[in-house]
Amino acid sequence: MSTATTPAERVLHDCRDAWVSTLVELAETDDRIVAVVNDSVGSSKLGPFAERFPERLVNVGIAEQDMVGVGAGLANGGKVPFVSAAACFLTARAMEQVKIDAAYSQHHMVLVGQSPGMAYGELGPTHHSIEDLAWLRTIPGLTVIVPADPTETAQAIRWAAAHDGPVFIRVARMGVPDVVPEGYEFAPGVALTLRDGSDVTVVATGTTVVRALDAAELLAADGISARVLSMPTIKPLDEAALLAAARETGGIVTVEEALTSGLGGAVAELLVTRHPAPMRFVGVSDTFAPTGSVSWLMDHFGISASGIATAARDVLGR
Amino acid sequence: MTVEEDLVPQVDPQAVPGDTLTVLGRVPSGASRDEAVAHLAEAARLVRRRDIMMVRAAGLGHIGGEFSVIDILVTLYLHAMNMSPDQLGDPDRDRFILSKGHAAAALYTTLAMAGFLPPEQLSTFMQPLSQLNGHPARTKIAAVEASTGPLGHGLPIAVGTAFAGKLDGSSRRTFVVVGDGELQEGSNWEALMTAGNHGLDHLCVIVDRNRLQQGARVADTNDLEPLADKLAAFGMEVVEVNGHDHGALLDVFAGVPAPSGKPTAVIAHTDKGHPISFMSDNVAWHHKVPSAEQVAQALSELE
Repeated sequence: MSTATTPAERVLHDCRDAWVSTLVELAETDDRIVAVVNDSVGSSKLGPFAERFPERLVNVGIAEQDMVGVGAGLANGGKVPFVSAAACFLTARAMEQVKIDAAYSQHHMVLVGQSPGMAYGELGPTHHSIEDLAWLRTIPGLTVIVPADPTETAQAIRWAAAHDGPVFIRVARMGVPDVVPEGYEFAPGVALTLRDGSDVTVVATGTTVVRALDAAELLAADGISARVLSMPTIKPLDEAALLAAARETGGIVTVEEALTSGLGGAVAELLVTRHPAPMRFVGVSDTFAPTGSVSWLMDHFGISASGIATAARDVLGR
Repeated sequence: MTVEEDLVPQVDPQAVPGDTLTVLGRVPSGASRDEAVAHLAEAARLVRRRDIMMVRAAGLGHIGGEFSVIDILVTLYLHAMNMSPDQLGDPDRDRFILSKGHAAAALYTTLAMAGFLPPEQLSTFMQPLSQLNGHPARTKIAAVEASTGPLGHGLPIAVGTAFAGKLDGSSRRTFVVVGDGELQEGSNWEALMTAGNHGLDHLCVIVDRNRLQQGARVADTNDLEPLADKLAAFGMEVVEVNGHDHGALLDVFAGVPAPSGKPTAVIAHTDKGHPISFMSDNVAWHHKVPSAEQVAQALSELE
């Protein structure tokens, strides 16, 4: 658990390594598995897969609509396609194919959004994928997964390979420490309580989970008991865990490396109808990011331990 | 902007002709070519008669593009394709994707003619909760391989099914019909590049070349010519055919896969609204709904 170490001592992982090793492992025993890319072998770290299964790597070139459509066709032809590309292009460029070919058609295909959020930092808003969670959670029948660390990434990939339906998975490029405990098993719509608390609940997803844990430490020093929920799926949400948090703590703070209409909007829509609670949203709100590295941008938007702690104090009126 | 609802006439249900469809089924095995052509011609006649009644009853539909593609659909489902209702679970069955999904009524009627749908179901076309949506949906009908409607989706999907077949060494062929106006969507050309570069010889792309799109002639909108040269340049084996000639169509489809090892692109020259005198090659009939008098006139021409 990351809380056992100080931030400076943590070993950070690129979740793409877990993604590709898991895919290769699955493909060894399941010849239905193919990868579909848009000249994104390198950026998807698919080199080991390309080397081991060259014939099962379908590279359509820089053509995202074709890529997602071909993925749907491969699924129709009995394959289990993992369509892997930079999340910004996979979602924005091919959104109608995601909506119709994957979700409306209910094909068993896995859309793998690489380097999501603001991972591309200085490359700017053209390459950021902060809209993906807000967009994709509105599409019926699509499971939207945002793993928090390598273990959860690997488990999400395994789950998606076996799930007969369309799935979107973010694979983080920004370094993250291990955050899920030994023996953890991913399931859609099941949140993980990483820290119990009674004053406020921080609901985080993906790369922000470790920041939420650090924020809870800061709050504890102020005498505020913060619960930390890791929410690995934006769709479906763990409604029971969220409703319990709304009942049992004094406010909810959502945290995401995305527009706050992703996880934040989803949680707000649930609570406002079922158990209204004071909320604050940490993430990016209605703006294109300025130039800066990913770590600078995370701090700039308050997607940081101190930013989350500030939001938690604010929601409690302290 | 004109929306389709503006075009819905006041339909008197009593004035809508009956909803029967004589199901001919596939061309019997062992039939001669002449017998096959006669079977297909009769099936296409009955499909058109049923189609126009469905559109009239629903008050919605795309009859022009349906009548241009019916001969292609009937030839595929009743003769060319290795695909029958008892084969839906067979991974090696041939695949068909109607990329121009707005011609849904033609597909449904053809599926009924081929035994994939009970003919009585056709009367539910576009009714509330019907499986027969205004555009075909994979989740609603077992024989529909992919949901279509937005243009430019079917061909990339067909490339994927053909690619899967190639990986498996399967004998199955994938047929996809695109409208000619639809080729203005760039995704088709992405997919054609992929098909050509990967030598997907079991793929057959059929262009319903009726020369009209929703608002005007294709040539007056964003022209495709020289279409055959473009398709050839993308690595296709290009064949041009009269898309209403069942004999010519079945010969062309029998030639897939082409000996050249290239995917086949069939430019099927058709007329929107064929063969109805007042509809044929008339841009007004993209999604116009016929009056009772026009239905009677069309049916008399389809005797």
